[in-house]
Amino acid sequence: MQYTDKVFDHFSNPRNVGEIEDANGVGEVGNAKCGDIMKIYLKVSDDGVIEDVKFKTFGCGAAIATSSMATEMVKGKTLEEALKLTNKAVAEALDGLPPVKMHCSVLAEEALRSAIADYYKRMGKDPTEILGCDMDCAACHHDHDHVHDEF
Amino acid sequence: MKRFVYADNAATTPLSDTAFEAMKPWLTEFYGNPSSLYRIGRQAKEALNEARETVGKCLNAAEPVNVANDYKPGEIVFTGGGSQADNLAIRGFMHGPGAKGRKHIITSKIEHHAVLYTCEALEKEGFRVTYLDVDKQGHVDLEQLKNELSEDTALVTIMAANNEIGTIQPIAEIAALAHAAGAVFHTDAVQAVGHMHIDVQAMGIDMLSLSAHKFRGPRGVGVLYVKKGVALAPLIYGGGQERGLISGTENTAGCIGLAAALKEAVEGLDEKMAYVKKLNDRLVEGIMKIPYTHYTGDPVNRLPGTASFVFEAIEGEGLLLRLDSEGVCGSTGSACSTGSLDPSHVLMAIGLPHEIAHGSLRLTLGEQNTEEDVDYIIEAVTKVVAGLRALSPVWENGKPNLTAASNLHAH
Repeated sequence: MQYTDKVFDHFSNPRNVGEIEDANGVGEVGNAKCGDIMKIYLKVSDDGVIEDVKFKTFGCGAAIATSSMATEMVKGKTLEEALKLTNKAVAEALDGLPPVKMHCSVLAEEALRSAIADYYKRMGKDPTEILGCDMDCAACHHDHDHVHDEF
Repeated sequence: MKRFVYADNAATTPLSDTAFEAMKPWLTEFYGNPSSLYRIGRQAKEALNEARETVGKCLNAAEPVNVANDYKPGEIVFTGGGSQADNLAIRGFMHGPGAKGRKHIITSKIEHHAVLYTCEALEKEGFRVTYLDVDKQGHVDLEQLKNELSEDTALVTIMAANNEIGTIQPIAEIAALAHAAGAVFHTDAVQAVGHMHIDVQAMGIDMLSLSAHKFRGPRGVGVLYVKKGVALAPLIYGGGQERGLISGTENTAGCIGLAAALKEAVEGLDEKMAYVKKLNDRLVEGIMKIPYTHYTGDPVNRLPGTASFVFEAIEGEGLLLRLDSEGVCGSTGSACSTGSLDPSHVLMAIGLPHEIAHGSLRLTLGEQNTEEDVDYIIEAVTKVVAGLRALSPVWENGKPNLTAASNLHAH
């Protein structure tokens, strides 16, 4: 397993770390049991532009690097543009991830979508119509624990 | 000032000058195949047997070389490393005549994968395996061992000292219990040999695995000590080398390097280990000052150079990579370092919750480390842990906010 220089760069000097006091969209995915938790804070303007984004991540080098890259890629973008961000795009922007670490990029995408869903909910809109689901990832990953039992 | 500190001596150790010098002529000048009958072949065979004698003395083996037939090795069988020795011991014994048709193996939940996966493979072949529990410090449950031993038990295999947490097992006591039930006792002593006193006769050990690179010998060579009278089935078929158990032309230079390194490690062991333990105590004291840090393993009865910790609210792989940037080499039992979802089986077996076990760090010192190294490690770990906690969503206002963590503190 080998990380690219970009992964090392974003892991060693992560961008957009922290919390946003007056965030209007917050998303958290993953769980400590599996060793990854990502939390993304959004400050979305009235015209739907991500003015500020910050993250906090508990996880491995790839988890921290993908969080950092994902936040950098959506900063200043509209929500519509941000929703088009895929985990593959995040991984590619980091010049690739080892196969066993691709799930970190999935988490980054989910954390972002979850924060956007939270923003829509706070605006009184149903995120399911826009995102295709309500991004309650904890409920969606209910079978996660079963993986542990198999080992 | 930035330094480079190697603190992963349980992973591997730098080759000692003595071992390197001992190996050199056997890599260049004396290239004869030990099985060849002409002079340079015989020289190589003699050198191999001398290496067996040396290893035998270090372990107090009764008959390292087969005196009756010098083309058959005695109790010291050279292997391609510790894992190969474990595989040969367990698989070879269970498939060999010594098992006398008994089908049961007893091992523990904290063994190295070379032992665990060999046992699992044998289970698929129809053998029965009991994996003993361990307590919070990693000691095997002797009561459970007594209860599980039966007339069907062929082999008890328990490691001498654990590679992750350093806990030393009461192997003499375990060997005695195994023998009372008519079973043979094997110990994976890969982490122990060269770091603590081992006397195969006094401890009642029937088979013992060791690996050269854990005590400053070369990588890729090990030994299985097989007490005279313990019969094994071969692991590798071929030209009949090493009693026909592990065929293949001997790694002459490697075996000679192993013997030289072991002799050096065992000479003055007490002084060296007292020095390493002093460094280790200093390290533990310094690291334990970091809040929400737990020490894992037996704090007293442990390998002198091994210190193992878990830090709440951070994950081990990130910790290792950032320590690497600071010039410090350590290791972790975090799931993220292995590609599976589970943290190390050892940390699970001693009862750590998943949430906590992900943040593990093992630092293993050697005699080449100094007090300055230790102080630098403490400084680097303190800095890196604080940096990762600042990034962590489960670290709030100077403490972790994990439910599992509060359960741990309640104990």
